[in-house]
Amino acid sequence: MDMNITPLTHADPLVLYGESFASRLLLGTSRYPSPATLEAAVKLAQPAMLTASLRRQGAAQPEAGAAFWKLLQELAVPVLPNTAGCHTTQEVITTAQMAREVFNTPWIKLELIGDDYSLQPDTLNLVDCARQLINDGFKVLPYCTEDLVLCQRLVDVGCQAVMPWAAPIGTGQGPVNPYAMRLLRERLSVPLIVDAGLGLPSHACTVMEWGFDAVLLNTAVALAQSPVDMAGAFADAVRAGRAAFRSGAMQPQTSAQPSTPVMGTPFWHHGP
Amino acid sequence: MNVIINQETRELPDGATLADALLVWEPPAVFAAAVNLQFVPRTGYAQHRLNDGDRIEIIAPITGG
Repeated sequence: MDMNITPLTHADPLVLYGESFASRLLLGTSRYPSPATLEAAVKLAQPAMLTASLRRQGAAQPEAGAAFWKLLQELAVPVLPNTAGCHTTQEVITTAQMAREVFNTPWIKLELIGDDYSLQPDTLNLVDCARQLINDGFKVLPYCTEDLVLCQRLVDVGCQAVMPWAAPIGTGQGPVNPYAMRLLRERLSVPLIVDAGLGLPSHACTVMEWGFDAVLLNTAVALAQSPVDMAGAFADAVRAGRAAFRSGAMQPQTSAQPSTPVMGTPFWHHGP
Repeated sequence: MNVIINQETRELPDGATLADALLVWEPPAVFAAAVNLQFVPRTGYAQHRLNDGDRIEIIAPITGG
């Protein structure tokens, strides 16, 4: 037996900012057909964290968020508030501070949108925004593109994990730039969470096979015909991809290699 | 004086605080507040004196991705 093989049976937690999570799936809570569907999906998928957001609430409809808040309390899954919809650093900072008070957590999914059509992050201001949040005591998980230098700069200012997109939010296209994503994985050692753009469990499995540490999903589950079953499928895919990565895949070959031993093949003889 | 709470204009007496504004607005059970894009912690509502034209944001948790 090769004693250098890392046994796959030991605990393999996702570690973010020193905290361990049993799951490598982070799940969004939006766009589900009903709160009951969201609840069932969460219970089946057992995600590490649930994302949530903050919005203005008119005096006329105070009950709208109350049910969601109650569900979050009942599910007891760590909450990752986001700063979705913020277009300036000040909007992000204020939203994050409000989220910290509401959700009683230092975690923040940093979203600083630079383009409303593609929902592409504002890559020119993202790093300074992350720096300010970190200086304010936040545990920042920045939603970013797969750009290597951007991700490196985010790490440089103290982000202990980064969350590159696979494709624009809600498109379900899967990784549109595999080269850049695999290069990113090769070059950065911090946890990398693929956030946005995954549509199929096979997409999640693929990026996990590449060595990404976790995936964050919402639309692919919420808009499936059966969100609960799809949540389970993604959870299985993430586990499979992680196990495959840790197992060490074979190198592709250019020519066929018989898997059945050739020696002793019946009826075989040398020559014509 | 007039202040703007979540984009709606409300009249408050001069010298009113954020705590006074929240009595007028009646926010949901779980919320946070900001004035002129600056977060105000809940411990500071009673001390935060408002000015005419201040823009108050009152936000509550919702689903998100």
